[in-house]
Amino acid sequence: MPKKIKIYIDNRPYEIEDGQTIMQAADKLGYHIPRLCYHPKLSIEGACRVCIVQVEGMKNYVASCAYPVADGMKILTHTKELRTARRDIVELILDNHPEDCHTCERDGICELQRLAYAMGLRHRHFEGERKCYAKDLSSESVIRDPNKCILCGRCVRICSEIQKVNNLGYAYRGFKTVVIPAYDMPFSESVCTACGQCINVCPTAAFVEKNHTQELFEKLQDDNLVKIVQFAPSVRAAIGEAFGFEPGVSKEKETVAALRRLGFDYVFDTQFCADLTIMEEASEFLERLKGKGKLPMITSCSSAWMKCMEQFYPDLIDNISTCKSPMSMMGALLKTYFAGKIKTEPKKILSVAVMCCTAKKYEAARPELRVNGMPAVDIVVTTRELAWMIKSGGVDFINIKGEDFDKPLGLSSGGGAIFGATGGVMEAAIRTAYELYTGEPLMEIEINELRGLKGIKEGLINLDGAQVRVAVAHGLGNANALLEIVRKDPGRYHFIEIMGCPGGCIGGGGQPYAGLNSIPLDEDTLKKRAQALYDIDRHKTIRRAHNNPDIRRLYKEFLGKPLGDKSHELLHTHYKVKFPRGIIPQELTAR
Amino acid sequence: MSCSAKAQDSKLSELNRFMDALKGLSRSESNLIAILHKVQELYGYLDRDAMDEVAATMNIPTAHIWGVATFYHYFKLKKPGKHVIAICLGTACYIKGAGEILEKLKEELKIDIGGMTSDGLFSLEEARCLGACGLAPVMMIDGKIYGSLTPKKVSEILQGYRKRSSGE
Repeated sequence: MPKKIKIYIDNRPYEIEDGQTIMQAADKLGYHIPRLCYHPKLSIEGACRVCIVQVEGMKNYVASCAYPVADGMKILTHTKELRTARRDIVELILDNHPEDCHTCERDGICELQRLAYAMGLRHRHFEGERKCYAKDLSSESVIRDPNKCILCGRCVRICSEIQKVNNLGYAYRGFKTVVIPAYDMPFSESVCTACGQCINVCPTAAFVEKNHTQELFEKLQDDNLVKIVQFAPSVRAAIGEAFGFEPGVSKEKETVAALRRLGFDYVFDTQFCADLTIMEEASEFLERLKGKGKLPMITSCSSAWMKCMEQFYPDLIDNISTCKSPMSMMGALLKTYFAGKIKTEPKKILSVAVMCCTAKKYEAARPELRVNGMPAVDIVVTTRELAWMIKSGGVDFINIKGEDFDKPLGLSSGGGAIFGATGGVMEAAIRTAYELYTGEPLMEIEINELRGLKGIKEGLINLDGAQVRVAVAHGLGNANALLEIVRKDPGRYHFIEIMGCPGGCIGGGGQPYAGLNSIPLDEDTLKKRAQALYDIDRHKTIRRAHNNPDIRRLYKEFLGKPLGDKSHELLHTHYKVKFPRGIIPQELTAR
Repeated sequence: MSCSAKAQDSKLSELNRFMDALKGLSRSESNLIAILHKVQELYGYLDRDAMDEVAATMNIPTAHIWGVATFYHYFKLKKPGKHVIAICLGTACYIKGAGEILEKLKEELKIDIGGMTSDGLFSLEEARCLGACGLAPVMMIDGKIYGSLTPKKVSEILQGYRKRSSGE
């Protein structure tokens, strides 16, 4: 037990636990000290000085994010001098910032803008020097605009500390300091995994996704195209937040209805193809378990993880499941099976995916995922982009009446829904693998040890006497910790699920920005989004992928059997080593 | 194997010997600056392949190495020319017309400060006093001082280097 100490905040006495910073103590006592570079999941930067407070006996203001409390400490948080100093600090940041709020992508959802408002910045005293850099538009997923960067360093820290990708660093010095990949390389030639977490934590628009909304709006007007859209499980669990709904409210049916209003002819569910992935992946796993192929088998549906694997862990390529992601499986089916069903030329199909993910934009552009020379998915937009399109396209998302998915690619099991939460793919795969292997349905289908936000989760499944050891990691940093264990002890696990983003897809790089009352990657928000998916699962009558009647029909009419010739042609792929090779330091090297 | 490939090889093995001695130490990445000094000593600048080698051997992400390499002015990021010209822009030289000399150099070489001629023969740097103020304005080429410069003299000096180079 930490010892209790007494402190005074703004002349009021409080008894608190020792061993925390002034900001942490103040947060718990109902004070909100303004902040900018601070993030509770990341190391303390102390760069922005927005969170300064006065401490009796100290000559200078101290940064409350970094300064520890002490017994008897007298802290002032909102004096006239502090308010002026903080306002000046934010004003000086703005002096070097482009004056283009009203044309900026983050207008109205920008932390810097909000902070300036809260500081009461109503008058500008100075005109500072502006930065003048070219935007890096090279990546399929992440756009870097150093002109808007305020050097808070959150992106550098999340990239190195949480994701361990270490693609970003500070280069040059003084006013010329810039956040950039090694050798000033464009993103497309760097070790960036396209996870988009830099976008999630950026307080301004220095990082944004590559925007495809205008292109999509134009294509939606094209009468020669059959416009088909799919959306990921995690989109429904989070899109409401962009319209002011509380996190954790599923907006599945509303999203279907809104997509029809935007002009789509068919709205299908990525969860259907999550079920299909499970059929293929569970079958592949059982084959490997019988000795045909390498163990542990590692999941392949997270596109950021796939790019990371090719650059950081090429020694594990043979362990990766050959299954395409649910999004790419759906794309492949749309341009073959479904094109046949509606008697349309595949090239007249516009295949669109709404994803919680920025890396899916990169995945859609992978040449090896093309189907008969066409991209399986033509356009990927993020949850954020769709939310904007709904607002811009004049759809009343708040009052809209929900609608159902189209058939035959819209029905899904509960197993498909939980794909979006860390551990969900494993849980769904076990539900199906168990029955395929033993011939009996698994009774305890909610596998609690695989749920929740613990970095690495382990489970033990009894398949008719055979003990199957499974592990789950979310976020590329946790994945690294797990894979280091696997490299040392390759026989330890049989089956591993890895998701590139914290919390799984629900914490994806394309999800709505944190609102007024939350912070990026807030654990509470992630838990609520996951719960929304677990609730969908619980309310389904079909909870196991192999019981989905439309999946059975698809195999009967078109695919044949899991791992059959048609499946191999359309639903499986391969991976290869990519350069530059990624390097993961054993010790923390970033500041 | 060509001569230059052999020379590259021996540089790389010397760099690796240097790093091997540091690898076992705790927090070995704290030796990064010393290693980068070694790279510059061997290559004349921070060669990108050499930095990649440092990254792989010392297990330091390249983005972090790039941060250190760009922070310190001492580190050169571009390959220098065969002959490095340092033009003094210190007070004494400046008063004696270093500006005019610099303009002449830029015109003759068709490069700016920090650049290298397209044939790789010269690169141009600025210096802040070479300790030869009595000879102002001065420039230094590969460690040799040339004083009391005039634009005409600059032309002749460069011509001399060019001639010697084409005669080699």
